[in-house]
Amino acid sequence: MNQPASAYFMEERRVPTEAHTLSVLVQNEPGVLARVIGLFSGRGYNIESLTVSETENQKHVSRITIVTTGTPMVIEQIKHQLDRMVPVYRVVDMTLSGRSIERELAMVKLRGTGEHRVEALRLAEAFRARVIDATTESFVFEITGNSAKINQFIDLMRPLGLVEVSRTGVAAIGRGAEGM
Amino acid sequence: MSDKSHDPNKMTGAAMIVRALIDHGVQHIFGYPGGAVLPIYDEIFQQDKVEHILVRHEQGAGHAAEGYARSTGKPGVVLVTSGPGATNMVTPLTDALMDSIPLVCITGQVPTHLIGNDAFQECDTVGITRPCTKHNWLVRDVNDLAKVLHEAFYVASTGRPGPVVVDVPKDVQFAVGTYHPPRKSDVHLSYAPRVKGDAGQIRKAVALLASAKRPVIYSGGGVINSGPEAAKLLRELVEVTGFPITSTLMGLGAYPASGPNWLGMLGMHGTYEANMAMHDCDAMLCVGARFDDRITGRTDAFSPNSKKIHIDIDPSSINKNIRVDIPIIGDCGNVLGDLLQVFKAEAKKPDIRPWWQEIAKWRARNSLSYKKNNDVILPQFAIQKLFEATRGRDTYITTEVGQHQMWAAQFFGFEEPHRWMTSGGLGTMGYGLPAALGVQVAHPDSLVIDIAGDASVQMTMQEMSTAVQYELPIKIFILNNQYMGMVRQWQQLLHGNRLSHSYSEALPDFVKLADAFGCVGLQAIKPGDLEGAIKEMISVKRPVLFDCRVAALENCFPMIPSGKAHNEMLLPAEANDEATAAAFAAGKALV
Repeated sequence: MNQPASAYFMEERRVPTEAHTLSVLVQNEPGVLARVIGLFSGRGYNIESLTVSETENQKHVSRITIVTTGTPMVIEQIKHQLDRMVPVYRVVDMTLSGRSIERELAMVKLRGTGEHRVEALRLAEAFRARVIDATTESFVFEITGNSAKINQFIDLMRPLGLVEVSRTGVAAIGRGAEGM
Repeated sequence: MSDKSHDPNKMTGAAMIVRALIDHGVQHIFGYPGGAVLPIYDEIFQQDKVEHILVRHEQGAGHAAEGYARSTGKPGVVLVTSGPGATNMVTPLTDALMDSIPLVCITGQVPTHLIGNDAFQECDTVGITRPCTKHNWLVRDVNDLAKVLHEAFYVASTGRPGPVVVDVPKDVQFAVGTYHPPRKSDVHLSYAPRVKGDAGQIRKAVALLASAKRPVIYSGGGVINSGPEAAKLLRELVEVTGFPITSTLMGLGAYPASGPNWLGMLGMHGTYEANMAMHDCDAMLCVGARFDDRITGRTDAFSPNSKKIHIDIDPSSINKNIRVDIPIIGDCGNVLGDLLQVFKAEAKKPDIRPWWQEIAKWRARNSLSYKKNNDVILPQFAIQKLFEATRGRDTYITTEVGQHQMWAAQFFGFEEPHRWMTSGGLGTMGYGLPAALGVQVAHPDSLVIDIAGDASVQMTMQEMSTAVQYELPIKIFILNNQYMGMVRQWQQLLHGNRLSHSYSEALPDFVKLADAFGCVGLQAIKPGDLEGAIKEMISVKRPVLFDCRVAALENCFPMIPSGKAHNEMLLPAEANDEATAAAFAAGKALV
């Protein structure tokens, strides 16, 4: 029996949490993102990452990709809560489907000279990061990949003069011929 | 104008709103005027199809519309102005969301060019009401207005019903655009609630029920919301299966309280037999209820040995608090119809005589008993007297929130659905008086009684003035113990009897207050006064404030202490000081 902690039960129950990536197709109308975010904050769900953009201009459909964590019961609840919102067309759990690709883009700014510069360029090449801006004392790299790869790249850049990072958050899509 | 090309569907936004109300069969709306809704009020003035009830506070309008909706099954409609008009609606909207009551609330908004400027009486209405509505809209273009209004009615009243808000800026009310009558394409393609239950799941449910040795049916407000047909089918199911049935606070009346299979209400202040049956059952059929924390008590000890079937139109209610074995998503009435058909065709009434014998033993504990008193009126006795006096009449009951509400649920027997209006989920003190107004507007010839407490009733007392203005003969039956009784009970049980701010040292003289409002004031102080005074209250064809002075320190039992399971109920006979202190020690931090 995998019951959640009761409203009457104060001690913390340790049910392992899982990370899930959800793709949500919504009608692109004012306030729709606020509804989704409000649901998460209002009900105490986690948002690890969130991306949103219109994907079908004519139909005014946007795609929201949310990475969230919770117990299996909470994840199931999140999906139902999203699905019952009026402007939500579909909710697909990309993690459960098991056949999805996740990508994130990051821009990584570095300041440094001499050996550090050379080392950074060498690592960037190994990670297939591109230089998209350069001065005599700085670089901006663009890197695409799954979150783990980007985390690893950032960790490597840190001792080499990391200044700042801008990340898009995760976008996900299913493999194969079928759409969601 | 002599324009030949005059299009009857060309009209102002304000006219569209009134036209849409008429097209949706709305006869009554509850509201309060203000700067940002003046054009709509001007339209209301110039027609007589929609009657407007002027309340004294917007919260009153909201609860009145809830009472109207709950007693008729039709959406209640509210019209309020921008800013404070809208923020005063937040409580009724949240109340309606928690109890799944269909409300359509139209709010005025400052003109579009002023939105975001901190204009006079501006607030972010759609932002504020987003978490307390099923959906809401800000209409910036008059040509979207008809579509949005029609969709608002559809969303409020279909699927799991709920409140919606349509926010209309003043310039949109003045602007001229094209109206169209309701049509299917007005609704989001993404909104499609499931009505019909899955046939395979229904078959599984029937198999489980047919083989059950210790079954129980646990019904809720969803059966009422589904309409009278659902309650009829539920009664037939009880008849066909012979199963015992209990219900949540919201579901009272779906199965008659005089029915042979009725166990009484379940939950924190439910009967011993209902809670024990829930705890010991081997098959549970939950119809239109949501395993709320007031029902389940401690979830990990909730009905540990049963297989559970859950019928609900809202998929998010399934597995939210309690894992169920056979979920069936669909409308209660629709699913009950299918389930009955399969049961009649494929199963026969299981023999559950030993189970009924067990239940009889629990019933014999007589968990609702109380000691008689000849000197002071006990609140339970008052409600029993009220119930006896109204038997056989066309009666509707509303309540406020607290001890009196629980006693009303325990001691007033409901025979039909839509007769019991109470704030279950949100627990809104001040709900009952305005709700009674709304019920009386919908049923002008019926007897409408608000069973109230002295603290709750003062929260929306101003609406007595509305009752007098519209000659609505509502009866406000106040169980006056001078305390916030439920707060006092918890302080007594959980906080060492330190009665922090739960006593009203000053109360109005309710009889004189009735006089000031222009209605009738009555009072009962001794048990012997009660019958006569209640009789008088019923026979008076005007609004009545009834000051029923009851025992000040009476507590509401039986009770499942916070943090305990169904089989750890505290019965009135056992509720001495030591037993309660021990039982409640663990749950102090809980709600």
